[in-house]
Amino acid sequence: MSSGNDIAIDVKGLTKSFGGREVVHDLSMQVKRGSIYGFLGPNGSGKTTTIRILCGLLTPDSGEGTCLGYDIRRDAEKIKRRVGYMTQRFSLYQDLSVRENLEFVARLYGVTDARGAARDMIKRLGLTGREEQLAGELSGGWKQRLALGACTLPNPQLLLLDEPTAGVDPKARRDFWNEIHALAAEGLTVLVSTHYMDEAERCHEIAYIAYGYLLAHGTVEEVIAQSALATYTVTGEALNELAAALTGKPGIDMVAPFGTSLHVSGRDIAALEDSIAPWRERGGLRWQKSQPSLEDVFIELMGRSKDNFQ
Amino acid sequence: MSGVDAPASARAMRERFGFLRRSYAMLVKEFIQLKRDRVSFAMIVMLPVMQLMLFGYAINTTPRNLPSAVLLQEDSDLARSILKALENTAYFRFLYEVHHVDDFDNLLKSGKVLFGVEIPRGFERAVRRGDKPALLVAADATDPVAASAAIGSLGMVVQTALKHDLYIGDPPEMPFEIRAHARYNPAAASSLNIVPGLVGTILTMTMLIFTALSVTREVERGTMESLLAMPIKPVEVMFGKIVPYVLVGFLQAFLIIGIGVGLFGVPVLGSLFLLALLSTLFITTNLSIGYTISTVVQNQLQAMQMSMMFFLPSILLSGFMFPFAGMPAWAQYLGECLPLTHYLRIVRAIMLKGASMENLRFDTLALAALMLLAMTIAVTRFRRTLD
Repeated sequence: MSSGNDIAIDVKGLTKSFGGREVVHDLSMQVKRGSIYGFLGPNGSGKTTTIRILCGLLTPDSGEGTCLGYDIRRDAEKIKRRVGYMTQRFSLYQDLSVRENLEFVARLYGVTDARGAARDMIKRLGLTGREEQLAGELSGGWKQRLALGACTLPNPQLLLLDEPTAGVDPKARRDFWNEIHALAAEGLTVLVSTHYMDEAERCHEIAYIAYGYLLAHGTVEEVIAQSALATYTVTGEALNELAAALTGKPGIDMVAPFGTSLHVSGRDIAALEDSIAPWRERGGLRWQKSQPSLEDVFIELMGRSKDNFQ
Repeated sequence: MSGVDAPASARAMRERFGFLRRSYAMLVKEFIQLKRDRVSFAMIVMLPVMQLMLFGYAINTTPRNLPSAVLLQEDSDLARSILKALENTAYFRFLYEVHHVDDFDNLLKSGKVLFGVEIPRGFERAVRRGDKPALLVAADATDPVAASAAIGSLGMVVQTALKHDLYIGDPPEMPFEIRAHARYNPAAASSLNIVPGLVGTILTMTMLIFTALSVTREVERGTMESLLAMPIKPVEVMFGKIVPYVLVGFLQAFLIIGIGVGLFGVPVLGSLFLLALLSTLFITTNLSIGYTISTVVQNQLQAMQMSMMFFLPSILLSGFMFPFAGMPAWAQYLGECLPLTHYLRIVRAIMLKGASMENLRFDTLALAALMLLAMTIAVTRFRRTLD
C-alpha cells in the first residue's frame, strides 16, 4: 500500500516568513487518514500559518508536500475542493440566514441538490427551527456548530479546524468533539488546533509547535514519555512561598500551581530531588511523585523554546 | 493633614483638566491612526490638488476650437476664404469636409463635430449678384453653453474677418446672410442637456461605490478567508459581485430617464432598446472599475476616497458640467479615458438627436475597451491567497 493512501497530509521542510520574521520554520509532519490530529502551541506559534499553507491560502517560501495526495504548491484548486477549512474567526456571512449560508456553500462546491443538502445539514446540526435566523445573531456555540456544518457540507476528506472551540462553553465544546469523533469514524481526517489540554487528550495524535518550530509529536503518551520529565505534586500550606523559593533552583525547570497543588518538574531527576530535599521534610507539605500531565510537558516545552528561539 | 490634602488637591486638578486630558488622549490616537493610513493621507493632499488643477487649468467655459465640419457644395475662392476666416476666430476647427448632406448630418449626430457650415451651390455667384444668399450654420445645441457662445459671436466675427476679402462697403453691409440653426435643442433648454447628463453622473457615482466596497467588505468582515479556501475563481467572484448591480443600475437609469421624460419633457428620439443596451454597457463598465478599486484598496474608507478620486474628474472632464470642446488637449485626452465622457455623448445623442448605433460606434467601443481593461486589472489584482 502506497503512503498516498493512508497518509492525508505529508509535508516536509515548510518555511514561511512575513516581513522578514520567520513564522514557520522547517516544519515536517504526517497525518494519517481517518485520524484526529491535534495542533498545539502558544499564540503566534505558527499554527494558523501552517493550516493556511495546507489548504492553499498561503504559499510556503520553501518546503514541499502533499495534502490528500495533491501537491500543496501546484494543486491548490484540487485541494480546496476536498478540504473543509474552519477559520479561527467566524467567517460565514453574518447577514445571511443559516439556510442561506449553507446553500451558498453547497452551490459553490457544486453540490447537486443545494437546498436538500442544506436542509439535511440543518437537521444534523440540530438547527431546525432556526433556519431563517441570521448567522450573526446566533450564540457563540451555535455559530461554531454552523461553521463546522458549512465545512463538512461538501463532504470533504480533510477538515482543518483552526481553534474551533475558542470562547465556547464546556457543554458545546463536548458536543463539538463528539461530532468530530463521529466524523473521524466515518473516515474523515481532522487537523485541529487548540489551546485546551483536555481537547489535546481527545486527539489520536498531537504535535506541539512553538515559535514556528515543531517541538514534539506523537500520541499523548508518547509526547509525555519523550519529555522525560519528572514531576512532583505538592499539596499543603504556603504554596506560594514554596513556589517562589523553588523557581530557578538547579534541576527545577518548571513550577506551576494547579488549583490547591503545585507541580514541580524537571528533566534532571537527580538535581531536582536535591533541590527539593530541604523542603520535603517541612511540615504541612505533602510531596508525591507523579506522572507529568500533558500541560506540564507543554509548559516546559514552551519555556524551553522561548529560551532557545526568542 | 497636609499629607492627605495634597493628593486630594491633585485629584481636583486632574478632575478639572479631565476634559482636556481625555480629549488629548483621543486626539493623539487619531493622529497616529491617520499617519498609519497612508492612502487616506495621500488623498488628503491629492484631492484638493486635483480639484485646483482641473478647475484652474482644464475648465474653460468659453469653448474654443469647437470641432466642426463643412458641407461644401461649391468649391469657390469665396467659400475658402469664409472657412479660413471662421477658423481664424479660434472658435472653430474644421476637421471634416464633406460633400453630401447625409455625411454632414451623421457627423453632427454622432457628436464628432459640434458645428457644421453649409456652403450651398452657386454661393459665390449669388454673392456677386448681390442676392444675399444664406450661409447655413448648424450647431449641436445639446450643450447650449457651448453652442450659444459660438453662435452669438458668429455674425460679428465673420464680418470683421471678411472685410479685406470681400466687397463690404462702409457702412458695412454683409453680402450674405448667416442663418444659424441650433439643432436638437432649439429652445436651448438646459434641462434637455442636464437630464441625460444626470443619468450618467448618478450611475457613475452609485455603481462605483457599490462594487468599490464589495471586496474590502469581505476582507474586513473576515469572510474573505473562507471564500478563498473554497474552490472559486477570481473571475467567478467578480461576475457574482457585478451582475446583481447591473440590474440595480438598470432600474436606476430607468427611473431617471422616466422622470426626465415625464417631468422635464426630455424627448427620447432614438431607439429605447439601443439606449438600454448601451446604458447596460456603461453600468457594467463602472461596476468593473469600482470592483478594480476594491481589489486595490485596503479598507472601506480608502475605497470611498478612491471612488471620489475617480468621480471628481468624471464630473469635471466628461463634458457634464463644462463644455468638453473648451478644454485643453491634455484634459480632453484625460476625458477620453473616462467612461462618463463616452456615455454622455451616447445618451445625449440617442435621446436628443435620435442617433443610431452607426453614429455611436466609437464611443461604444471605447466603453467596451475601458470595461475589459478594468476587468483584466481586477482579475489579475485579485489575490487568491493571503500572502
